[in-house]
Amino acid sequence: MTRENLAHFWRLYRRNYSAVAGLAILAAIIALAATAHFFFPDDPFKLAGRPMSPPATGGFLLGSDSLGRDVAAGIAHGAKTSLLIGLVATLVAVGFGALMGGLAGYYGGWIDDLLMRTTEMFQTIPSFVFAILLVAIMKPSIESIVIAIAVVSWPAVARLVRGEFLSLRNREFVQACHTLGMSDLRIMLGEILPNCLSPIIVTGSLMVATAILIESGLSFLGLGDPNIMSWGFLIGAGRTVLRSAWWVCTFPGLAILITVLAINLVGEGFNDALNPRLRERR
Amino acid sequence: MNHSVKRLRYVLKRLLQALPIVLAIVVVNFFLLHMAEGDAVDVLAGEAGSATPEYMAELRQKFGLDKPLPVQLAIYLKNVLSFDLGYSFRHEMPVSQLVLDRFVPTLLLMVSTILLAVGLGIVLGLIAAVGLNTWRDNLISVFALVTYATPLFWVGLMMIVVFSLNLGWFPTSGMENIAAFHTGWDRVWDIAHHLVLPTITLSLFYLALYTRLMRASMLEQAGMDYVTTARAKGVTERRIVFVHVLRNALLPVVTMAGVQVGALIGGSVIVESVFAWPGLGMLAFEALFARDLNLLLGIFLLSALLVVAVNLVVDIVYSLLDPRIEVS
Repeated sequence: MTRENLAHFWRLYRRNYSAVAGLAILAAIIALAATAHFFFPDDPFKLAGRPMSPPATGGFLLGSDSLGRDVAAGIAHGAKTSLLIGLVATLVAVGFGALMGGLAGYYGGWIDDLLMRTTEMFQTIPSFVFAILLVAIMKPSIESIVIAIAVVSWPAVARLVRGEFLSLRNREFVQACHTLGMSDLRIMLGEILPNCLSPIIVTGSLMVATAILIESGLSFLGLGDPNIMSWGFLIGAGRTVLRSAWWVCTFPGLAILITVLAINLVGEGFNDALNPRLRERR
Repeated sequence: MNHSVKRLRYVLKRLLQALPIVLAIVVVNFFLLHMAEGDAVDVLAGEAGSATPEYMAELRQKFGLDKPLPVQLAIYLKNVLSFDLGYSFRHEMPVSQLVLDRFVPTLLLMVSTILLAVGLGIVLGLIAAVGLNTWRDNLISVFALVTYATPLFWVGLMMIVVFSLNLGWFPTSGMENIAAFHTGWDRVWDIAHHLVLPTITLSLFYLALYTRLMRASMLEQAGMDYVTTARAKGVTERRIVFVHVLRNALLPVVTMAGVQVGALIGGSVIVESVFAWPGLGMLAFEALFARDLNLLLGIFLLSALLVVAVNLVVDIVYSLLDPRIEVS
């Protein structure tokens, strides 16, 4: 993308005020994640003071949990986990989904049939239950969570990319490439793919939000990586003291809500800016 | 061709299309079982405390675990067909029986959730579409946006804090007050009372979805030619919205209600474990803790089959509601 394109994109993007707000919030959360080690240098699992301190007491901004862990530190360190897993899982899912959808759409015929039946099957399977099962079988770790989220998210991308490839593969510019003797691979990656990047970016950005929700659900159920702090883990750990320490569950949940909301707003902003035709329909 | 014969053919065709998907799900299930470390015999030996290698080999032979993979797959398929899903060593019960026992509470939760989410979603979407770009529309849009981003388990916990712990309106967990030994209508009332919070929690996400869908569907129908015709005939706006547009706008919402069943099952795992609702989701949560993979796979298989079945039913109902489907 050239500088001019970027400037044009930004002009379109900033017309949607809520999308700009979403971007600002997201930037703040990224900053929080990046500075977690600076403001909370200690291990977030470490006992930091008196257990069950209410917010704004005992040196805890957002209180402490039943083991005296700092909730604010947990949120700051958990931001890294959530953003990282959301982003990596989405990248893997988009990569794999684009490959499947691209092959199916470009070649058609039995390849299309085979790949699309597979996609359908994956879409039929209840995705969250499937993710739980995959993590339970692979043992909880960052890698297994990323794989599980990617496995349940790729079909949507595959369908999208297949549709785009299907509509583009008989266009004149693609036929011209065939005449020039370009290889299939080069046509797919160099010619067709760049033309369907906008819907992929929009879908991908919304998928990051879903991935963060799935990750928080998994770690809430106790399927998070045991060595890494995450928002879902904080809420799951705070559940047992809900009666006496409401803040342990409340603040990490708000963090998830705000992050997912911000990403959804950014995704909608991308949609408006990248597909100007669709704007009137909303 | 006769109309009802055509319809029957469509139903048969859809049934045939569902078969390979069911088969594929069973095969996936089988391979997941194999991916897991250790087999049933290892679990048995672990439970018993000690077992000689000879005894374990004998057990493997008995369960057919020493046979080549394709043979094992065939045995597994046969077992699944006769609804034998293996044995849960934690609960000391066949998985199929456990799963069936817990199926009813989940069904109760899901049906009440769908009714609430679809019903209220249709009303909210209608209000939003009728008052397009008014404060009502904006408020509903913001509500949908926020609930769309809220983790279900957190909503559930916050509901417990506010409505159970602080206000004391609803019980915190469970399906009924077992110690009270309610019978008849008292028991129904007790269960309904316990059902309120889980249902509201689980329906919030889908409520947002159906609200958005209903609004979009209403707006799409409002631009159709038949609306212009009706208006030209002098039909009142009220009648156009509530009789003409509403009826046509409902169809896609009803279809979506079926499509979302898979996601609903995932949501019920979370909601049931928050509210200790004794259904399949809670069972899955317990199985997770006990590392009871057989049971987890059984729940997974049943929920996947449920999705296939619901999709099938929705497709067939849809074809009855909308005669155009059969033509294509």
